Amino acid sequence: MRETGRNGQQAVVQVRGLGFSRGERMIFDGVDLDIERGKVTAIMGPSGTGKTTLLKLIGGQLRPTAGTIVVDGENVHELATRDLYRLRQRMGMMFQSGALLTDLDVYANVAFPIREHTDLPETLVRDLVLMKLQAVGLRGAAGLMPAELSGGMARRVAMARAIALDPMMVLYDEPFTGQDPISMGILVKLIRELNDALGLTSIVVSHDVQETAAIADYAYLLSDGKVVDQGTPEMLWKSASDWSQQFLNGEPDGPVAFHYPARHFRDDLMQGGQSR
Amino acid sequence: MGHSRLIEIGVGLFVAAGMAALFMLAMQVSNLSNSISGDTYAITAAFENIGGLKVRSPVTVSGVRVGRVDAIDYDSRAYEAVVTLSIDSRYNSFPEDTSASIFTSGLLGEQYIALEPGGSETNLAEGDRLQLTQSALVIEQLVGQFLYNQAGKQQE
Amino acid sequence: MILDPLQQLGRKGLAYFGRLGRGHLFLMQTLAAVPGLVLRPGLVIRQLYSVGVLTLLIILVSGLFVGMVLGLQGYNTLVDFGAEESLGVVVALSLVRELGPVVAALLFAGRAGSALTAEIGLMKATEQLSGMEMMAVDPIRRVVAPRFVAGFISMPLLAAIFSIVGVYGGYFVGVGLLGVDDGAFWSQMQAKVDLNDDVYNGVIKSFVFGFVAVWIAVFEGYDTVPTSEGVSRATTRTVVHTALAVLGLDFVLTALMFGD
Repeated sequence: MRETGRNGQQAVVQVRGLGFSRGERMIFDGVDLDIERGKVTAIMGPSGTGKTTLLKLIGGQLRPTAGTIVVDGENVHELATRDLYRLRQRMGMMFQSGALLTDLDVYANVAFPIREHTDLPETLVRDLVLMKLQAVGLRGAAGLMPAELSGGMARRVAMARAIALDPMMVLYDEPFTGQDPISMGILVKLIRELNDALGLTSIVVSHDVQETAAIADYAYLLSDGKVVDQGTPEMLWKSASDWSQQFLNGEPDGPVAFHYPARHFRDDLMQGGQSR
Repeated sequence: MGHSRLIEIGVGLFVAAGMAALFMLAMQVSNLSNSISGDTYAITAAFENIGGLKVRSPVTVSGVRVGRVDAIDYDSRAYEAVVTLSIDSRYNSFPEDTSASIFTSGLLGEQYIALEPGGSETNLAEGDRLQLTQSALVIEQLVGQFLYNQAGKQQE
Repeated sequence: MILDPLQQLGRKGLAYFGRLGRGHLFLMQTLAAVPGLVLRPGLVIRQLYSVGVLTLLIILVSGLFVGMVLGLQGYNTLVDFGAEESLGVVVALSLVRELGPVVAALLFAGRAGSALTAEIGLMKATEQLSGMEMMAVDPIRRVVAPRFVAGFISMPLLAAIFSIVGVYGGYFVGVGLLGVDDGAFWSQMQAKVDLNDDVYNGVIKSFVFGFVAVWIAVFEGYDTVPTSEGVSRATTRTVVHTALAVLGLDFVLTALMFGD
């Protein structure tokens, strides 16, 4: 397929010393990550740790304040716009909301990247689109508008669209959030199967521990802008870190306190009628 | 693809209607249809008083529009207003001794120049000057004259 | 603490100039993307439908009524001077020079501009624009530029339609109802309305207003804070800013065109 980066087990995505801040707030502070080719890599962490931001950084939509991100041998943030767009054609991304184009039906949504980037004849586009829809089990829904889809179906359409151009890598942003158990099961199965069947590299960003751990080959745990733990899911479950245990088991109190930092409760109460 | 066909037809109608509206503004509303287009030739005429005549006022013969006022200047030696008329070259056979008068269309209407062909054999050509002119009527002068005449009659 | 109001003022000023700068950069990017549309006329046609065709109805109805009111008011004023034959001139000049371009632009902002802002703003809020970027499709080329071109083309056409319908509205009231002479209505109009001075200048105005109105609309959409509140604010801003810009520019253009 491609000459670049096909040297054995080399990581498709290499993140080194990544720093990113939004205004005063530090979101990443020295993050190192390696995403291996052909694997499903999970990036987990509590809400608000900038998991989506990480995907946008990998996709070149945001610019880091420090560090580098190398995708398939190319430094994302040093590319010219044209090259960046060419690189993005080899990445698919599934947004949490699906991000389907609301004025196009399911068929046209999946066909969108194909039509934008290729000059294939319409019959071939049709075959490709139906193939991708078949892969996510929604060929029958080709004529529906995005507004008529359930959340889970919208994500499956988004998935079909993400793989429309046969990318080397697919990024999933919170694929499981807010899904009923059946949709969740379908999505879990699809991510794993598509990854193996199409020879993709998948990055799954999520805080749904059970589902993500079930399909991930390797996982990173992020908290407060740092990688706090990493390893295969089995290794993580056995991890000694209190924080990892709290996060993975969903315990309400632990290193991450139940209470948001505040003044002493008594002081607050003693203020009585004074307005704040 | 019936839907996109409808859209395209709608857009086609819209653009056609817009173009038609622009065309009508030019032809029906403005003076394009009776404006002088193409070749013209210029003649001048001197008037003692042009009243409210303006650049682009019409020039007519027997009520038919044949040209327009192109420029208005003041000749400070002859103490006269010099009006340049541009006449459509389709109307190129006016006798030399054609006269020009400034009239008003209606009570409050605009002023225009009416040409009255004479009897000469030679025709006007580019740059010629009309010799016979009649100035605009100025209403104050008319009223003044009228009152003067009335007063004269009463004395008799 | 005395510096607080100053700081407030400074912050607002900086935010304002930031927006102004972004607006101009955005315009440059959009204009740069326009030539590429030659290859994809379908995108513009689709937008011409939603920007132009769907605005047509309000333009037709408003134009008709504005013309009828002009006919009625003009007649009442002119009849006192016995000059009701000049009704055609009054109606046509007011429409062609001022009301056509200005009112059409205001209606355009209300109908098409707000819709453009809301559409682009919602696309941003629902990550559709971001999704396009990740699919290596530039949203400025794919979403903004076709809408910009469609708006720019539509405005002069809408203004011309407004003026023509208005003239016929005035004709209907003046000649049909109030008994102004048919021939005098048209002939006086044609004698006094000049193609260059009046019609062309009116068309130039409508091009300028169209440019500004659609620029404001797409920029507000693109610059929306991606929340439902942000979209609603942006939509309001589109209508308010377009109205102010159009009326202000109208004064400037009128002074330049008809000032002497």
